[in-house]
Amino acid sequence: MSLNTLESESIEIFREAVATAARPVMMYSIGKDSSVMLHLARKAFFPAPPPFPLLHVDTTWKFRDMIEHRDRTAAALGLRLIVHVNRDGLERNVNPFTHGSAVHTDVMKTEALKQALDAHRFDLVFGGARRDEEKSRAKERVFSFRQPGHRWDPKRQRPELWALYNTHVKPGESIRVFPLSNWTELDVWQYIRRERIPIVPLYFARERPVVRRDGAWIMVDDDRLPLRPGEIPQMRKVRFRTLGCYPLTGAIESDAETIEEVVAETLNARSSERQGRLIDSDGAGSMERKKQEGYF
Amino acid sequence: MTRPEPQGGLGDYLAAQVDKPQLRFITCGSVDDGKSTLIGRLLYEAKRLFDDQLLALETDSRRYGTQGERMDFALLVDGLQAEREQGITIDVAYRFFDTDRRKFIVADTPGHEQYTRNMATGASTAELALILVDARKGILPQTRRHSRIVAMMGIGQVVLAVNKMDLVGYDRERFEAITAEYRAFAEGLGLPDIRAIPLSALEGDNVTTPSRAMPWYDGPTLLGHLEAVEPARAADQPPFRMPVQWVNRAHADFRGFCGRIAAGTVRPGQTVRVLPSGVTTTVLAITGFDGDRAEARSGDSVTLLLADAVDVSRGDVIVAADQPPEVADQLEARLLWMSEHPLVAGRPFRLKLHCQEVTASVTAIKYREDVTSGARLAGKSVAMNEIAVVTLSLDRPVVFEPYAASRTLGGFILIDKFSNETAGAGMVEFALRRAANIHWQAMEVDKAARAALKGQTPKCLWFTGLSGAGKSTIANLVEKRLLAEGRHTYLLDGDNVRHGLNRDLGFTEADRVENIRRVAEVAKLMVDAGLIVLVAFISPFRSERRLARALFEPGEFVEVFIDTPLAECERRDVKGLYAKARRGELKNFTGIDSAYEPPEAPEIHLRTAKDSADRCAQRVLRAIG
Repeated sequence: MSLNTLESESIEIFREAVATAARPVMMYSIGKDSSVMLHLARKAFFPAPPPFPLLHVDTTWKFRDMIEHRDRTAAALGLRLIVHVNRDGLERNVNPFTHGSAVHTDVMKTEALKQALDAHRFDLVFGGARRDEEKSRAKERVFSFRQPGHRWDPKRQRPELWALYNTHVKPGESIRVFPLSNWTELDVWQYIRRERIPIVPLYFARERPVVRRDGAWIMVDDDRLPLRPGEIPQMRKVRFRTLGCYPLTGAIESDAETIEEVVAETLNARSSERQGRLIDSDGAGSMERKKQEGYF
Repeated sequence: MTRPEPQGGLGDYLAAQVDKPQLRFITCGSVDDGKSTLIGRLLYEAKRLFDDQLLALETDSRRYGTQGERMDFALLVDGLQAEREQGITIDVAYRFFDTDRRKFIVADTPGHEQYTRNMATGASTAELALILVDARKGILPQTRRHSRIVAMMGIGQVVLAVNKMDLVGYDRERFEAITAEYRAFAEGLGLPDIRAIPLSALEGDNVTTPSRAMPWYDGPTLLGHLEAVEPARAADQPPFRMPVQWVNRAHADFRGFCGRIAAGTVRPGQTVRVLPSGVTTTVLAITGFDGDRAEARSGDSVTLLLADAVDVSRGDVIVAADQPPEVADQLEARLLWMSEHPLVAGRPFRLKLHCQEVTASVTAIKYREDVTSGARLAGKSVAMNEIAVVTLSLDRPVVFEPYAASRTLGGFILIDKFSNETAGAGMVEFALRRAANIHWQAMEVDKAARAALKGQTPKCLWFTGLSGAGKSTIANLVEKRLLAEGRHTYLLDGDNVRHGLNRDLGFTEADRVENIRRVAEVAKLMVDAGLIVLVAFISPFRSERRLARALFEPGEFVEVFIDTPLAECERRDVKGLYAKARRGELKNFTGIDSAYEPPEAPEIHLRTAKDSADRCAQRVLRAIG
């Protein structure tokens, strides 16, 4: 009864965090993990709604389908949604093309996130990260302590025994909580299927306009994508395993149109889901470095 | 929104994949025993590595690898830059893989002694421990230390993996000698169930396929054993226990008690008891997002509705009415100390035990346990990574069970009240006295009555400062004035108390903590008697002064900081002590080789360099009215 165990463990984490935090918030990135996390939060506090707002850090380069899904979900569930954009970055026109993915991610995601957390003085932030995603994530605690300035010190993590989470922080410090720590990608898909959780349609294969770039299929989601010489958008049957900024997220060719077909494909996958993320390959240890600086 | 539609045939296949049982295990052993290599090998052989991860592994192997031209599987697991650079494991890493029969979560834990607390983190949620031994080196002190922690954390299943068999010529006698030595040692720890497997993580022998080089071994491969082993389960069905995490008040008519069931089962109609209050009631329903349930069992997170409007809050425990656990405020426990600051008796900590959080202090360190040999050692303090058996005094009774009976109700952490670090992990052994036996004598003659007779407000004036700062001088002046005004006072002075009540105490940190604790308790009794008590003690540590303050009611405790620069105290040197300390004849002398922590927010701050003793005394008198 593995999914039930994971579900119960996540619900326990949600309740423990909310019982001890002053100003909790959930990072809502609209992807499949966020969708599962939101579903678990609803279960944890049912019949009350989750007692915290959702925070979406909008880089302004998300897929249009994501934004639509976000607004519809928040409205349908009656949840408070905070959308934060780094205005300063926007004014300086920071984008993935002229500044590169590293600067774009740093300014529009990491910096933007810190701005939002500081402005609302959130002391506890739920994130949908899983330990199976990446090597530095595999080392992270469920309740991950952040110094003032949101820095993570991987060499000085608090010991975390049993399900006894130390939630005490001083002013300026905060805790990131990962209710999906022990879930795998396959668990997430299986759970979406079992619970029939609504997700962004981009996860299912469909004919979409794409260009081949740096070994990945990049979707031409709007007319802001500058085409390189020789790039001609073509229709391909593709889907996404993870969702982020559309110019930085590679699609895979696939025929999986239903949740069952997606799960079956995941069972036989030969590459990890983060392969489609161009920002992860910015250099060895790049995720650990981003996380130290405050990235989720 | 896309709402996925379930299908027929494919759905059945997927259903078979979904609810495979899970096993959580840890790997531990000495540095260089090849833990990370073994996990990497398991992931590789279980085909749980993706193409891009394999590609990254090849790149990393060339860059950081320690295996020459071969793939260095350890790099799959050591995730932190510092770990890859130093080639060691610092923190526990969680890895996931599955076979057709089971899902696994592996906690790869560090071997170095300085990271023992990270090993304990991994061990606390594991059902099985995989202990690696290098066939060339045999049982090492680290092996014994890790095994002791595994036993202490209550992990029932142990696999002794004798690794690097390729480097001892796959020698059967060597394997059997190591196994025999380990079994003899493990018996003393109470580790009952040990499976020994000879293998080579590097070559793959007996990891997933039987080794052709060791035909003499007819047991299961490592993966075969991990797939088949049954986690130790309690023989009897334990009674129902659910710590209340959260009270759900969704609307005026709804009071749901949320928690994760720690043991047993629950059904609507069942009689339950709420602890510590002891009130009994009936379970009305097990409710939730997916509707009401007919039954819930250990491990389920649920919301219970109760039949009566009983008072239940977070930290309470709902239990089987006829088999309640114990409630106590004095406990004996085994502690693993995890803070860089050694544990000394007397200091207050937050104690978190399931959802209860109380203030606790260690009343006595009964003995320390040598982590390698298990020998009992005397000691007044416990250093990082040491194990000790201690007695604890709590400011409120807690609901608990011995750790051997329940990890959830018997495991606790100690949190430093000021730095918030997780300083210790504890396992309750038993209660020293039950809360039910504590009855404070109800007294009609109380503090207010005694104070009224004396026509004064009782207070504790706590003078702190360096030796020679002027504490006794100023406290004496204050007491004379108060006496002249007809007040009832008493002066507790460092020297006079040390000659009597505290003459058994020296000047080590532990003794100084105890010195202050006793003086504070005496002062508290005197305040209770209606007196104005003046305490003139160096009391160099903030935490002890906080401890003293915590004994009094708000407003009763007045901290008076006699602020005299060290150079000035040393110049005065009334008792010649600074000169002695400088010559090295006095150890642990405050200001010389022991720290003085000045108060952060004293009620009264007196600078003797600026004001005379008389003026200082007047300021104290004005401040207390």
